Amino acid sequence: MSQRAAFRRKQTLFRWVTVTAVLAFFVLPLLGMLDFTTKVRRGGRTLATWRTLSHVSEISTRYPALKEGFLASLGLCVITVVLMLALLVPTMTWVRLRLPGLSRTVEFICLLPLTVPAIVLVVGLVPVYAWVFYLFNESTLWLALAYVVLVLPYAYRALDAGLRAIDVKTLSEAARSLGASWFTVMWRIVLPNLRTAVLSASFLSVALVLGEFTIANLFSRRNLQVAMYQLGKSDAKISVAVGLVSLVFAFVVLFAMSFVGSGRGGRRARRAAAPAIPAASPAAAAAKES
Amino acid sequence: MTVASPNAARGVAVELIGLRRTYGTVNALDSFDLHLAPGEFVALLGPSGCGKTTALRCLAGLEDPDAGRITIGGRDVTALPTNKRDLGMVFQAYSLFPHMTARQNVEFGLEMRRQDKATRAKRAGDMLDLVGLSTQADRYAHQMSGGQQQRVALARALAISPQVLLLDEPLSALDAKVRTQLRDEIRRIQLEVGTTTLFVTHDQEEALAVADRVGVMRAGKLEQLAAPLELYARPASAFVADFIGLTNRLRGRATGDRAEILGGSVPLLPGSGSGDVEVLIRPEHIDVTPDADGNASVLSASFLGAHGRVTATTDAGEQVLVQVPSASLPDFSPGQRVRLTPRGDAALAVAL
Amino acid sequence: MPFFVYTTVFLVIPTIVVVVAAFVSEGRPTLGNVRALGNANFLTAMRQSIILSAATALIGAVVGAILAYAVSTARPDGILKRFVTSLCGVLAQFGGVALAFAFIASFGAQGMISAWLKKAGMAPSSTLWLYEWNKGVLLVYLYFQIPLMLIVFLPAVEGLRPQWREATETLGGTTWTYWRRVAMPILFPSFVGATLLLFTNAFSAYATAAALVSQAQPLVPLQIAGTFTSETVLGQANIGKAMALAMVVVVAIVMAIYTWLDKRSSKWLVR
Repeated sequence: MSQRAAFRRKQTLFRWVTVTAVLAFFVLPLLGMLDFTTKVRRGGRTLATWRTLSHVSEISTRYPALKEGFLASLGLCVITVVLMLALLVPTMTWVRLRLPGLSRTVEFICLLPLTVPAIVLVVGLVPVYAWVFYLFNESTLWLALAYVVLVLPYAYRALDAGLRAIDVKTLSEAARSLGASWFTVMWRIVLPNLRTAVLSASFLSVALVLGEFTIANLFSRRNLQVAMYQLGKSDAKISVAVGLVSLVFAFVVLFAMSFVGSGRGGRRARRAAAPAIPAASPAAAAAKES
Repeated sequence: MTVASPNAARGVAVELIGLRRTYGTVNALDSFDLHLAPGEFVALLGPSGCGKTTALRCLAGLEDPDAGRITIGGRDVTALPTNKRDLGMVFQAYSLFPHMTARQNVEFGLEMRRQDKATRAKRAGDMLDLVGLSTQADRYAHQMSGGQQQRVALARALAISPQVLLLDEPLSALDAKVRTQLRDEIRRIQLEVGTTTLFVTHDQEEALAVADRVGVMRAGKLEQLAAPLELYARPASAFVADFIGLTNRLRGRATGDRAEILGGSVPLLPGSGSGDVEVLIRPEHIDVTPDADGNASVLSASFLGAHGRVTATTDAGEQVLVQVPSASLPDFSPGQRVRLTPRGDAALAVAL
Repeated sequence: MPFFVYTTVFLVIPTIVVVVAAFVSEGRPTLGNVRALGNANFLTAMRQSIILSAATALIGAVVGAILAYAVSTARPDGILKRFVTSLCGVLAQFGGVALAFAFIASFGAQGMISAWLKKAGMAPSSTLWLYEWNKGVLLVYLYFQIPLMLIVFLPAVEGLRPQWREATETLGGTTWTYWRRVAMPILFPSFVGATLLLFTNAFSAYATAAALVSQAQPLVPLQIAGTFTSETVLGQANIGKAMALAMVVVVAIVMAIYTWLDKRSSKWLVR
């Protein structure tokens, strides 16, 4: 009578066994981190590390390198996002409206960094940065210029999904026929409709920049990851704790976004993007080891 | 019971007896009974959520009824899995396997029945011929139009010579012109092969056009099961009358087997109420004539091709639709006084 | 357009630099750098890099695909799915310093899991395995490969329409038929594509290995990084560029395979 029900029960069982097993693999090292930060030499537990971490002033006096790296990473995030949006949004919109012939080229360029390993990029960037550091100064923030290239593929996919979901051409023609200038079209029509896509492209960029180690380390600049790495040698506990906090924070943001993003615009954008292989959902594009 | 198919001998009888299916608190099927005669084409019609798709999926074995029995050709199949039921099914859309060509799709079911290559190729060719797609045999689903895809799906379902053919809103994703075309073709093919067929749709025109009998469903129950003409002319309930075709609802008084409306009298169908009633009367069952001393005034008159439609407001404030020949349309203009009179065809009255 | 100027400076020029500099030494064209790649050290690193990337890509792809299917059977907007996809979204890019720390904290000499294993009497004689490229590093890489697989493969699994299973059943097929004849062939191109993506992901990974392995340089990215720090040896920088070129070549081969495969399946695949 209930072959379907039996099938469904089997499926549920399979689901829970698989998910539990894999989640165990995911969660154990995180528990290891938590265990490590609270351990005292002769057994027993202490929350000292976490108490330190919750006092901002204490961190900045005791671990100036961590503070420096954190602030540098924040600055890098802001510059990277602004630069990325300023470069991509007008270009992609314009190509869609006026130069559809160029869309393949733009896509190729934007996806190219996926095939160039970060370490290779560093090798090639050495002479470019020699000039940058020579012409301007040696600030860590110049790394943002390279980070824009790193985030290009992910930002491109997110924005492309957004543009696909709206009919830019009709929208801009309607706005133009009502007397809007091109600037007004961008600012009042295109951007508001791309809200979700812009948000997810920005979020991806922030996540990538916060996790970036390769380029900063090889150019001997101190961002958050490099600071954690250096600190790991002297005071491993605080370093591990910072790593755990940033991970949990990123998860909470992404989890919350999964509820917000499934709203009106998000769903449409996602459907448009679904068949592409490394899909353009926020999480998908976040996927690249730094 | 009307059995129209000349190939009835080839079909088998299908019975759904006392089916019940609940989702949480919703009764998708509630003591649902349906009998299909051998070779018969029955359409299930109803608004979305009325349980028509659930009934079809129970028959397919894609869903388990909570109670009740299903027999195909006298054999109880209630506990039989789908792949043992010997059915052909056409889904709403997207059911073709995307990595196979049209021909491979059609051959798939034959492969499951372990037929040899030559037989399969012959049969697939015949079936694609039958649906008029022999030139498209090597195309993939995404290279075909929606209508062509559904034809291939039909060929695939029929290739295995199933005992029962199930059509789950196969036309609803197509545009209007293709829809009528394919609808008539489905009927032609069904008559040709004589397979007992259950067709689920929410489109009344579709159901009335192709089926031997149409079942109107509401809230998990069969409201009325009858031949299309019968259903239209003698609806068993207000729901059926409202659902099938256009209907005016006019207040009146019923005594015995007649009711008074628009200053005239109409005979009532069995099952009508008495006393103060609403009479459900079709637009083509009312006459309208220009008359300065009439009982209504024209609101609008519109040309619909073969005929026209006059909308009028009675002195009692009721709005009435009347069907008129196109030629007489110029006689009516907005604001003009007219007289409305019932023609005397039997109508259903529901007590207020 | 500023876009093209920018990408030229920061993407095209670096790529050209790598290609050109690989064939230049002290201002003169030479094949010396490329020839230097023939040394045993580099070849071992290249072989190990490729084996590590292929192994983590394959294991990650299989486990990730099974996980993706398991998640796809859950309610589409349910908590389980949101939870797993969000977690994987974070973990897929969790590589790097923090990840290395996490595994040292769990499997290292003082680690939590090492302690558990010791209690259970199953502890390996030493915890040095964690720092070897074909044991610890492999395990650590899986920690971001499996989530990455889930993220890139889930859309493909969710693209399987329930009608296909139902059509298979009405045509007389079993669940096994469905998987063998319908679902697996449909998923295959996406699966291979995702596996290749995982390969390049592991192949280009630097941070995790750098934070975990501090003594030797068993992988190509570590060797390239090594040429940065040992500037004393003249000409090392150019050999680094030659190694970088070798990496680009490997990735390009993978991409070529992907393109070829994509073309083959695109006659029925709708994008």
